[in-house]
Amino acid sequence: MEKDFIINKINDFLIDEFEVDAEELKPEANLKETLELDSLDFVDLVVSVESNFNVKLVAEDFVSIITLQDFYNFIDSRLN
Amino acid sequence: MGRVVITGMGIYSCLGENLDEVKESLYAGKSGIIFDQERKDFGYRSALTGYVKDPEIKKSLTRRQRISMGQEAKFAYIATLEALKNAKINEQYLIDNEVGILYGNDSTSQSVIESIDKIREKKDTTLVGSGAIFKAMNCTVTMNLATIFKLKGINLTVSAACASGSQSVGLGYHLIKSGLQDCVICGGAQEVNKYAMGSFDGLGVFSLRENDPTKASRPFDKNRDGLIPSGGAATLILESYESAVKRGAPILGEVVGYGFSSNGEHISTPNVDGPSRAIRMALGQAELLPEQIEYVNAHATSTPVGDQNEAKTIHNIFGKSLPYVSSTKSMTGHECWMAGASEIVYSMLMMQNSFIAPNINLEETDEDSEKLNLVKETLDKNIDVFLSNSFGFGGTNSVIIVKKIKS
Repeated sequence: MEKDFIINKINDFLIDEFEVDAEELKPEANLKETLELDSLDFVDLVVSVESNFNVKLVAEDFVSIITLQDFYNFIDSRLN
Repeated sequence: MGRVVITGMGIYSCLGENLDEVKESLYAGKSGIIFDQERKDFGYRSALTGYVKDPEIKKSLTRRQRISMGQEAKFAYIATLEALKNAKINEQYLIDNEVGILYGNDSTSQSVIESIDKIREKKDTTLVGSGAIFKAMNCTVTMNLATIFKLKGINLTVSAACASGSQSVGLGYHLIKSGLQDCVICGGAQEVNKYAMGSFDGLGVFSLRENDPTKASRPFDKNRDGLIPSGGAATLILESYESAVKRGAPILGEVVGYGFSSNGEHISTPNVDGPSRAIRMALGQAELLPEQIEYVNAHATSTPVGDQNEAKTIHNIFGKSLPYVSSTKSMTGHECWMAGASEIVYSMLMMQNSFIAPNINLEETDEDSEKLNLVKETLDKNIDVFLSNSFGFGGTNSVIIVKKIKS
């Protein structure tokens, strides 16, 4: 799966399902703070990743994901 | 012991989505009952239901707030928004004061079933999402509303079958009367979907008059053949008289009596003794004689045995003075967990607007109901005191008396 496709898909569900402002979606954005995601939201990110990429994450995977770029890279590495 | 007044109300039901719409429907004697093909396809014996659409809450609540809310919490949110506005209680007041919530609810069927189905499908509990637990717990209404409105007082769900809403008002009344709380949001919510009522339908107590939905709910009528499930939410803001006066809040009425009892008999068949004791207890607390009650909003659901026993009960206690009696369930169907609260709202609307809503579809009385002063057509009439009956499975009974405060 192309990296751009992954990035767009992640951005789409962050906007549509998590109601994150599109302008906030910068690669260097801190996933937790900039996007105002709390511990419960990470459970829902697992759900969204599964439904969009058929990849099963566990909430603990997000410990190493700090920025949005980390998130893109993590999904990319799991898919490719 | 302090006085307890009602300073705000809100309603979201099959008769309308706010107080004004509901008042119009009550006055017009309009039924909110429809035939729901989805229920028939699902295997219901009776596909009749009150029609209540899912409210739009996306504009006013965040995603985090919304994903924890099932149907009953959404209904309760809309009714409570209206009630708080009506009571002139704003966000800052809720932050600065210990306002509590006691809300009647006794199921979250849709949320439970949808989340369990998801786990079955995915074989992974995480994939049910973070909102599922908060939607599925029976206290979902109080849990969600206490968070949304930043409430700091009592936070408790009241589960007492079809008397839940009424018991919430009674318990709120006592917490304020005893001085433990100054203001409590009371009410009742009832989900409206095919999952919630299947097992109730299975008992064979729902009306089969599917070819004529608006005529199906006919409490006290000789030819009634069962109840029709319904729902939504109703909220009442209960407050100490002193707090209401201090705030300059509108005082819509005073709760003067709360009676309760348990039948101690059959799990589903009501009796005469239990409700009679609850009514007498409410009258005693209100220091009112039966003849001082001007209107009785009956629990009557349109089932033969329930209506007959309630007619006997009302006649035994009020037989001398014959107050006006009607069951608004003739229009709404049985709003179950919500009914005790919504029927106080309906009666309050009548008291505020000087009319008594009709017991529609009452064409022929039976030997018990003929002894009552049943209101068949809308009556333009001033009411100063009313009594509202609510009875539930397990033999739980709750009776509330409300009086108008003369300015």
